[in-house]
Amino acid sequence: MSEISIRADSLGKQYRIGAVLKSYPTLRDSLVRAVAAPFVKARKLLSGQAYGAAGLDETIWALKDISFEVDKGEVIGIIGRNGAGKSTLLKLLTQITLPTEGTAEIHGRVGSLLEVGTGFHPELTGRENIYLNGAILGMHNTEVRGKFDDIVEFAELEKFIDTPVKHYSSGMYTRLAFAVAAHLDTEVLLVDEVLAVGDIAFQRKCLGKMHDVTESEGRTVLFVSHNMASIQSLCNRVLLLRGGRKIEMGPTKEVVGAYMMEQEQAAAVPLNERTDREGSGEIRLRDVHVTNLDPDSPTALYCGAPVRFDLRYEKTGRLGDYSFHIGVHDTFGVHVCHFSTRVTGCMWGDLGGGGTVSCTVPRLPLPEGRYRLEVAVLGEHRVIDRVYDALIIDIQVADFYGSGDMSSQSYAKCLVDHSWELDKDGAAG
Amino acid sequence: MNAANGTPDHAATTAPVPVTQIKPARGWVSLELGRVWRYRELLFFLTWRDVKVRYKQTVLGAAWAIIQPLFMMVVFTIVFGRLAKLPSEGIPYPLMTYTALVPWTFFASGITKSSESLVGGANLLKKVYFPRLVMPISNVFSGLVDFALAFVVLIGMLVYYGYYPTVNMVFLPLFLLLALVTSLGVGLWLSAMNVQFRDIKYAVPFLVQFWMYSSPVAFSKSIVPENWRVVYALNPMVGVLTGFRWALLESGSPPGLEILVSCCVAIALLVSGAFYFRRMEKSFADVV
Repeated sequence: MSEISIRADSLGKQYRIGAVLKSYPTLRDSLVRAVAAPFVKARKLLSGQAYGAAGLDETIWALKDISFEVDKGEVIGIIGRNGAGKSTLLKLLTQITLPTEGTAEIHGRVGSLLEVGTGFHPELTGRENIYLNGAILGMHNTEVRGKFDDIVEFAELEKFIDTPVKHYSSGMYTRLAFAVAAHLDTEVLLVDEVLAVGDIAFQRKCLGKMHDVTESEGRTVLFVSHNMASIQSLCNRVLLLRGGRKIEMGPTKEVVGAYMMEQEQAAAVPLNERTDREGSGEIRLRDVHVTNLDPDSPTALYCGAPVRFDLRYEKTGRLGDYSFHIGVHDTFGVHVCHFSTRVTGCMWGDLGGGGTVSCTVPRLPLPEGRYRLEVAVLGEHRVIDRVYDALIIDIQVADFYGSGDMSSQSYAKCLVDHSWELDKDGAAG
Repeated sequence: MNAANGTPDHAATTAPVPVTQIKPARGWVSLELGRVWRYRELLFFLTWRDVKVRYKQTVLGAAWAIIQPLFMMVVFTIVFGRLAKLPSEGIPYPLMTYTALVPWTFFASGITKSSESLVGGANLLKKVYFPRLVMPISNVFSGLVDFALAFVVLIGMLVYYGYYPTVNMVFLPLFLLLALVTSLGVGLWLSAMNVQFRDIKYAVPFLVQFWMYSSPVAFSKSIVPENWRVVYALNPMVGVLTGFRWALLESGSPPGLEILVSCCVAIALLVSGAFYFRRMEKSFADVV
């Protein structure tokens, strides 16, 4: 007999687009708008728009009609493309923001891990931050004290626990933050994409910890991730969202399969026509194209081939700092490698009204398989234009190392040029 | 708003697990002070963090808590005491202004910091749930440490000028509480408004200046005509400042009516501020 842990009943969250895009209205704006609103509405009515439509264009439903039930002890993955409403759903369940309609009830204490290190203060030491962060996450002081040694050990930071965290590396910072959160023993835990950071070994450790906890303590976990590999290893069931609607909820394998199919279908749409893009839009990426520079095989792509990525763009607005990016993800959503004008220190200044930027990779370091390209133009701390799954490329097997042995190439996520030398001891002659 | 309440909380009757109900909220909502109380440890830690971090990486450290009011005292004594020759009813001018500057600084830094609390803590606000009231409250509370430091200097000055404690001093905590209530009341209004309107950020320094010169900080309230004093006390800081001066420097009966008026205004500010804050709270994470 299973107990209900979370029940959501037609949850919906509406945002005013005005509030999302222009986040800092001034008092003056607000007064002007209040005075002008009736006139604007009247004008829209007179110009033939229905009253409902006149109101509708100012709001969006980030989430609509979401109903589901989760039993105690289940681990549920939440997947979907960017803007599908995954984070909004977690925000509703954690009460960070309230729903516009619908209800939900959660049985048991709720812990959330929406971003590691929230509330960490750089000037405080690791020790002090553990207590502070514990309190922010809703743990009692005595509880934190009891688990203090475990937390420090888990984070592998015994030596640095009395150092201000501003001197920590980002890896140390993440480890400490996750260690605190991993020891949060609430009946329900909501986790948002936190495992995307940190090194691989520590990610494994965290996944293991989450696994242990859910297995032995019957804790309910809701887990948002882009990484299908971790979703598949952790979750019993998966909830797929698209455009704020629930598309499917069911066994992990089926739903993840459906989601991957959806992504491939999206990639079949020309970049120019894609609407699921993010960013402020001063630049729009219009086309992405991959060419094999090897004259013998211009169409197919293979391991070690010289390739050129062409991004055609159109500039419509004024622009400050910008950089172009191409991210390569495998089919599980794991970010394999990344090409960017930022890391190579490339700056062109004025971009004109449009054109093509090209990125040449002399030897494509990817093993055989299918990859999804993410293309983006980023500003300083902001997104100008970004499209996930802009293009799917299939890399064919080839002799990357020129040794004739291609069988072991697929054990790696990427291929790196290297050479070996032998210097035998006592080889005098 | 939906009809999801058809099933009673059967789980709550079988096991002692707390059940969280999530539903839309409209209009005015209750204060839910019980929740704030449950998060008292967080309140403590945020206050403690504030205190601990405030003078990190400064050369003078906590001395800043004393330097500010002390230098203001020097300026006021020269400008208002010496040059403008305002009356001080026989009390040494530096002592008279400093006695007011100690609670004033507490009040002013309280409203300044609490008005910034939500915007400054936006990251926290968007990522973790806790009663938002905790944020401005902790900012006001953390000022108590600075107050205590400045107050030690005040005790030194009282001894230097030969003022010894009278029974009036018993009422001092009451006046401090009045300053705290006023500061928190104003802080709640400003912090909640600041989320929506960043104008507040620019208005606060101006408001603090304006408020200081309209309160008897740099001068004695005796320059206000006697029959206007009760009206003057509608500014709750008038009650605080005259209260401090009366408790430490004067003898005789307290300016009771004025303090009562100030108390009423301060409480009204706090209660209205708290309700306004709660009303706006639901949109903080969306707007900030």
